[in-house]
Amino acid sequence: MAKTHLLLAATALLAASACSKKRPETLPPAPLTGPVDQVPADRGPGTGGVDGQVVPGSDADFRRSVTSNTVNFGLDQYDIDPDARTILDSQAEWLSRNPNVRITIEGHCDERGTREYNLALGDRRANAAKNYLAARGIAAARMSVISYGAERPVALGSDEGAYARNRRAVTVVIG
Amino acid sequence: MPFSLLSTPAKAGVQYRRGRKRIPAGAGMAGFAAALLLGSSAVAQQAAPVPQQPPAAPQQGEELVVDVTGGVSAPMPIAIPAMPTPAIVDTAAGPTDARGRDLSEIIANDLRNSGLFTPVPPAQLRTVSVPEVTAPAFDYWSGTGAQALVQGYLRANADGTLTVGCYLYDVSARTELTRQGFVVAPRDWRRAAHKCADTIYARLTGEGPYFDSRVVYIAESGPKGRRVKQLAIMDQDGAEHRFLTNGQSIVLTPRFAPNQQSIVYMSYVGDRPAIYVYDIGSGRQRLVVQNANLTFAPRFSPDGRYILFSMAVGGNTDLYRVAAGGGTPQRLTTSPGIDTGGSYSPDGSRIVFESDRSGGQQLYVMNADGSNQQRISFGGGRYATPAWSPRGDLIAFTRLSGNFRIGVMSPSGGGERLLTDSWKDEGPSWSPNGRVLFFNREARGSNAKADLWTVDLTGSATRRVPTPRDGSDPAWGPLRP
Repeated sequence: MAKTHLLLAATALLAASACSKKRPETLPPAPLTGPVDQVPADRGPGTGGVDGQVVPGSDADFRRSVTSNTVNFGLDQYDIDPDARTILDSQAEWLSRNPNVRITIEGHCDERGTREYNLALGDRRANAAKNYLAARGIAAARMSVISYGAERPVALGSDEGAYARNRRAVTVVIG
Repeated sequence: MPFSLLSTPAKAGVQYRRGRKRIPAGAGMAGFAAALLLGSSAVAQQAAPVPQQPPAAPQQGEELVVDVTGGVSAPMPIAIPAMPTPAIVDTAAGPTDARGRDLSEIIANDLRNSGLFTPVPPAQLRTVSVPEVTAPAFDYWSGTGAQALVQGYLRANADGTLTVGCYLYDVSARTELTRQGFVVAPRDWRRAAHKCADTIYARLTGEGPYFDSRVVYIAESGPKGRRVKQLAIMDQDGAEHRFLTNGQSIVLTPRFAPNQQSIVYMSYVGDRPAIYVYDIGSGRQRLVVQNANLTFAPRFSPDGRYILFSMAVGGNTDLYRVAAGGGTPQRLTTSPGIDTGGSYSPDGSRIVFESDRSGGQQLYVMNADGSNQQRISFGGGRYATPAWSPRGDLIAFTRLSGNFRIGVMSPSGGGERLLTDSWKDEGPSWSPNGRVLFFNREARGSNAKADLWTVDLTGSATRRVPTPRDGSDPAWGPLRP
């Protein structure tokens, strides 16, 4: 199949480039995924590249390659628990294989906190994930953080299940 | 000082008396400020330009006062008939007869919403002629049950300004208690009503005025997962509403500058959450701190010289202050906990803030330079969003223990009282007289309903203030000069 052929070729190119330390030249740039109003969409499946192909090094490639782009936290907590470690380890691995990619880590909270405190807590969570990735060898210069407090929940209910999903740090590839 | 009323100084705490009390005969009762103000943004006051009548001698030295003891409130019945006009003139504010009716309605709403007054229903208000404004039909008004009577008039002046005369009477004593005159530009006609209501309120309660003020807040719309937020400003009664930003970026937590010419707030424009000063007159904004770190929770010092704010560096949030014009921030707190919020005492010497350094959010007071940090909250639960009253006597806060409730305590931490009881009430902001709080009330569930409410110090008079969309982060501005 032509598609498979193309994917294999792209992968080979990537592998070759990792070995040769030369940036591949022939791949189209990752499409912009950020919405005009600077607010992060909870990214749906596949902001894909040209013709539906997933561009290596893109956020879509990241999301389908790693265990998850999201780690979760306990109430008022910002420590990286064993589940989060597993997820961040897989993120670190992908980031190591894509050394020129930069990321933003977003910190989020559930609504059971006051507004300004939640901004600070979101920042704590984003930094906790960032520090873990740094300890796994990802250069700090590649990583920025942003806190959204409780402004951008992914789960809209007012129950413990929704709260648990909203307490999160999301890693987003920005190019 | 432009606005000197014959009101007793506001007392600390919430002791009020209702009804009549004996005062020494001959003590001064009626009077009016005679200061004439100039300036385009000020409301000019002058002695009311109608023939003066000597005030009737007070009967038996009794004084009409409004009295509310905690929890038990029987508002004072007060009659506020439509204000007549000597001649119907079409002004830039509309026809004077219609505006005269509106003026009395604005006054009635202000007084009713304070929770301390019950205006006589419109059906019982008689039509008052201009001469009757200074010669009230006391017999008639007694029949309505009103204890106080507010009469006035609206006149269009040759230079295009409007004059509003405002008179307060004690119905059963048949005496004039106070009078005030205001000269306003047509665009400020509502402010004359608020100034009149403030005169009435201050004279009868002994509290400071607060009706002639504005609120800046965040207007919200859209689904819960993608709220659209806009900076907005309105009069404290919800009128004269304007949107100041277009909703393309998340905006949060605005505060007035003490001179009311600008607003400091936080914006996510450009994906860089930072604090900005927005100039109301020009509509321009400038970045306050040039820094890649997250900066948020900004507020002005009472003298307008500093902006207090929070900055997150490497996962740790502390309080900083910076010169209002910009410059190098000065760090005020250093604990490894989250130190944020922050509210100056009215004299600017101290700051109350929230910190989770003890394990959960609690309130701390420190000097304005960051020294001498002392915890003041020790109740069960967590305490956040402290706001120091402009009177200096109380600190309002959000208490988190299951629900989020608005409360007040003394600056030393004692005398805690909770004023509201709903699922999520947050972010109290004081009226200029330290008597009423605006706050944000949210509803449970996926609808994300958020509204602005007010409550007074007795915990009564809790009401929603209507806004065009949902609202949050209310910040009450100072009394307008």
